[in-house]
Amino acid sequence: MSAVVTAAPSLTPRPSRWRRSRETRTAYLFLLPALLVMAVITFYPLVFQVYMSFTDYGLKNLAAKAPLPNVVGLDNYFRILGNDIVIPNFDFVRILVFNLWWALSNVVIHVVLGVGVALLLNTPKLRLRRFWRSLYILPVMIPPIIVATVWRNMFDPQSGAINQILNGTIGVIFRLPPIQLDVLNDPNPLVQAGPFILPLAYFGLLAANVWLGWPLNSVVATGALQSIPKELYEAAEMDGAGAWQRFKAVTLPFLRPAMFPFAIYGFVVTFNLFYLSYFMSGGGPFGQTELLVTTAYRLVAEQHLYGVAAAFAVFQFFILLAITLVTNRLAKATASFNA
Amino acid sequence: MSADASTVALKASARAAVATNRRRGGGIRRQIALQVLCVLIGITVVFPVLWIVAMALDPRNLQKPDSLFPPGASLDAFARVIAKPTVNPVSFLTLATNSLFIALVISISSVAIGVLAAYAFSRMRFRGREFLMIAILAVLMLPAVATIAPLFVSLNKIQIGTFNLRNSLIGVSIAIISSQLPFAVWNIKGYLDTIPKELEEAAVVDGAGRVQTFVRIILPLSTPVLAVTALFAFIAGWTEFILSWIFLTKPETFTLAMALNGMVGQYASATPWSNFAAFSILFAVPPIVAYAVLQRYIVGGLTVGGVKG
Repeated sequence: MSAVVTAAPSLTPRPSRWRRSRETRTAYLFLLPALLVMAVITFYPLVFQVYMSFTDYGLKNLAAKAPLPNVVGLDNYFRILGNDIVIPNFDFVRILVFNLWWALSNVVIHVVLGVGVALLLNTPKLRLRRFWRSLYILPVMIPPIIVATVWRNMFDPQSGAINQILNGTIGVIFRLPPIQLDVLNDPNPLVQAGPFILPLAYFGLLAANVWLGWPLNSVVATGALQSIPKELYEAAEMDGAGAWQRFKAVTLPFLRPAMFPFAIYGFVVTFNLFYLSYFMSGGGPFGQTELLVTTAYRLVAEQHLYGVAAAFAVFQFFILLAITLVTNRLAKATASFNA
Repeated sequence: MSADASTVALKASARAAVATNRRRGGGIRRQIALQVLCVLIGITVVFPVLWIVAMALDPRNLQKPDSLFPPGASLDAFARVIAKPTVNPVSFLTLATNSLFIALVISISSVAIGVLAAYAFSRMRFRGREFLMIAILAVLMLPAVATIAPLFVSLNKIQIGTFNLRNSLIGVSIAIISSQLPFAVWNIKGYLDTIPKELEEAAVVDGAGRVQTFVRIILPLSTPVLAVTALFAFIAGWTEFILSWIFLTKPETFTLAMALNGMVGQYASATPWSNFAAFSILFAVPPIVAYAVLQRYIVGGLTVGGVKG
């Protein structure tokens, strides 16, 4: 087997021009189904979307024989930027700021907790290690829509588990009157600085998403930790390195290449996370926990403003493109840390 | 001040004790401390699940629960949601069949089409390769919501008699494939890139063509990633809400996720929480079982991090 592996490259002839064109033909045969499907249901809608964004496409244009929508130029774009949309409490800048903070704060907490628990479970001579590992993976296995609806009920002011726990512990110890904290609807924001507003509901959503998000980070971190040769730790210890120094010099360089791409992936996923905002807080209070995805959804599902929704999606596309470019730069800029 | 100093001293001595323990190779006290920490984390992980199970088993059919520990247990709530989960005249079985239909169509088609494209991207050099890969990557980062308006109006135009493609399960499935297929292509390609090329080159030397190498060597070796990609697509379809809720208006085509939506939010007061809990459990069981079965493949099969040309 290994003999074949080493011998094979020298046996491969240099690809001739004829071979290359034949290869291209084979490649496109393999690609044909995917390209056909994507051309019709992915790329065509994207192009059609740009056209729609310049029109007043609405309910009146839906039927098979309906008239074409009117071209309105950049009107939809200006309406979005000028917050001139019938959705109550719509504020484009506030939504964007909240959305970025939502993704960033979640990912930081997910990665820190994920790495922390992975380190805990990687402690030498820990008993029941496999049991804990398989227990902690539970949140990953539950569909997000169910996580969102269950956590919504947990935060119910009267019957929710959170308030019952508060009443059963703090309430009993300090003899407080019944606590009925309405986490998801409390109207007074905890943080307010210009367009940056964090209501109590944000922390409710954060709690649910931290519960949902850290375990997978922990799995990835565990994989990275297991790839570290034990000799490196022994060598570091012999050089007199303390626990923190060993973490910095040995553990971190192995964690970074695994965690960084996963954190970027997590950022994009959390940025577009529909279910928690939509089902837990419903975007409230006053639209302060609304994300770009839920806003886009309301434009189609509730307002039937297909033209505006298309313009909104174009904005989303460029925002995500900017995020991808920035994170790619970050990944490249910090890659040398790897060595 | 003195209290502070004594705490500092206490902490220092505790740290020294931990250090000596560690030098002795991990004492029993340290093991207990670690286990207590693990139990505490375990409680936060398991609590929402236990709570929902307790609610589902609550025998009293209360509008809302009044205690974390219901008296006794019964399966009545399960019987109720299986017979009539929502106010609409559709059974749990109909909802589940619809969700299953979407899930199967998506997972089979995205894996079958995706693996072919992934193989071409991973193994062949051809004109337009870079351009197509960037195009797929660009689509990959778009959320499903991003193309919802054009998909809705385009599919709505396809009307044959009384059949409207937009308002049908197959129409919804097509719309979901639009966002699942790019993920399938990219995820499978990432895994194929890790399979050594030498294996195929050996087969080529033995006279096998592209198609033969693909069927005989690549397909068997990529089972883990195919399973995981199919699993993700299945779960995405089984729990899909975003498109179905907008596209489907006939109760006989409603899915489980759509019914769940009716049990929370503004209609929540009409549904006893034990029904909601029982429904959620029945809804979550297939994905959990699928995860458990395929668990050992998941880390290896998820290659999203491996983004390289």
